[in-house]
Amino acid sequence: MPEEVNLGKDEILRYSRHLIMPEVGMEGQLKLKKASVLLVGTGGLGAPLGMYLAAAGVGRIGLVDFDVVDFTNLQRQVIHGTKDVGKKKLDSAIETMSDINPFVELERHEVALTSENAMDIIRNYDIVVDGTDNFPTRYLVNDACVLLNKPNVYGSIFRFEGQSTVFAYEGGPCYRCLYPEPPPPGLVPSCAEGGVLGILPGVVGLIQATETVKLILGIGEPLVGRLMLYDALGMKFRELKLRKNPDCPICGEHRTIHALIDYQQFCGMPNVEAPAAPVEQTGDIDPVEVKAKLDRRDNFTLIDVREPHEFQICRIPGSVLIPLGELPKRLGELDPNAEFVMHCKSGVRSGKATDLLKQNGFRRVRNMKGGILAWSDKVDPTVPKY
Amino acid sequence: MARILIPTPLRQFAEKNDTVEVGGATAGEALTALTVRFPDLKKHLFNDEGKLRSFVNVYLNDEDIRYTGKEATPVKDGDTLSIVPSIAGGK
Repeated sequence: MPEEVNLGKDEILRYSRHLIMPEVGMEGQLKLKKASVLLVGTGGLGAPLGMYLAAAGVGRIGLVDFDVVDFTNLQRQVIHGTKDVGKKKLDSAIETMSDINPFVELERHEVALTSENAMDIIRNYDIVVDGTDNFPTRYLVNDACVLLNKPNVYGSIFRFEGQSTVFAYEGGPCYRCLYPEPPPPGLVPSCAEGGVLGILPGVVGLIQATETVKLILGIGEPLVGRLMLYDALGMKFRELKLRKNPDCPICGEHRTIHALIDYQQFCGMPNVEAPAAPVEQTGDIDPVEVKAKLDRRDNFTLIDVREPHEFQICRIPGSVLIPLGELPKRLGELDPNAEFVMHCKSGVRSGKATDLLKQNGFRRVRNMKGGILAWSDKVDPTVPKY
Repeated sequence: MARILIPTPLRQFAEKNDTVEVGGATAGEALTALTVRFPDLKKHLFNDEGKLRSFVNVYLNDEDIRYTGKEATPVKDGDTLSIVPSIAGGK
């Protein structure tokens, strides 16, 4: 016989605004207490999710994260505070959530979700909420949820826009029905590269939290077979039909995927366990060496390929701004025989710029390793990081 | 004329437009008209064989064109085509 679940006097007081609504009531609050939810990620989406699901009284919440809180998180990850910078996100999130509601059982999974551990972790929860930030993990969470028949409450964000839906609910459509394949790496910028309005994950995370609570209570119309799009700038919600793909390789009738696969490879990412490429790649230059070249007044041009609004935040004296997107049209301004050093924020975009110049016959082009962030670390700490 | 809604990540390739009016009797023709007007958009929407990329979904009003005839889906005056690319952000 399953252990009988009851609410104590303190819990009855705490949940009184739920208990007085017939749609929730004692029965619903006990459903919440008996429920278990796995939160994958305690970042932008995970922050409001963790706080509200704890407050609502979800009985057992598992958290998956292996990251550490840094200052750039605080603009949106409201579960963490300034005092938490440098702490593990799990510790910081659990501290906040257990303060909000000490009656909730919190479980730590201080790992990166992988094909090896995902089934064992997800198996122990009723519902999975996807608050990750990359394509390989999103396909991994999807496939594990389909294989284990667990609903996957999905949300994703970019700049001012969000998407949300519930995948794999009672045989409904899955992430692969929506997007059969991921974009090639580098084509879709991440929030770290493209930015995100700090409030946006609050809205999208709470759509996910709402759907999670509705699934547990069994009330309302779940966001199944519908993709909700949110545009913060237009302040518009739109709903698109999301159909189950009969040919879906994992949830279709003739499925070809029966177990988890290598998601790094599926998403075209270099395998993290493969032997590392040589660290000193030709074409890279260390910021310290760039500083020495500037001090020596070497005959070269330092090109900053970031966006004008980033140039306003900080810049390296003597650098010339040509945003990456404008570079193809402005190649004519540059002498193919001259020497160039390209830089950006962290070295990714300037790597693309270096490749572009080389493809166009420029021979003396190098990419400043680590971008202006590394410049701040190694050369001039007064340059602010962002 | 149909209306095409351009999502944030692609607006930089469409002179910052969020909505563009285009002609064309099918979804494919409307999208081609869009890429003729904004050539930088082309490689983000179509692969080298000229087919819509698999991580870019296109909806005619609220229906995914994969289930209504793909690029051949007829488009009427006043219809809205939405481009909905895959995004993964969450942190």
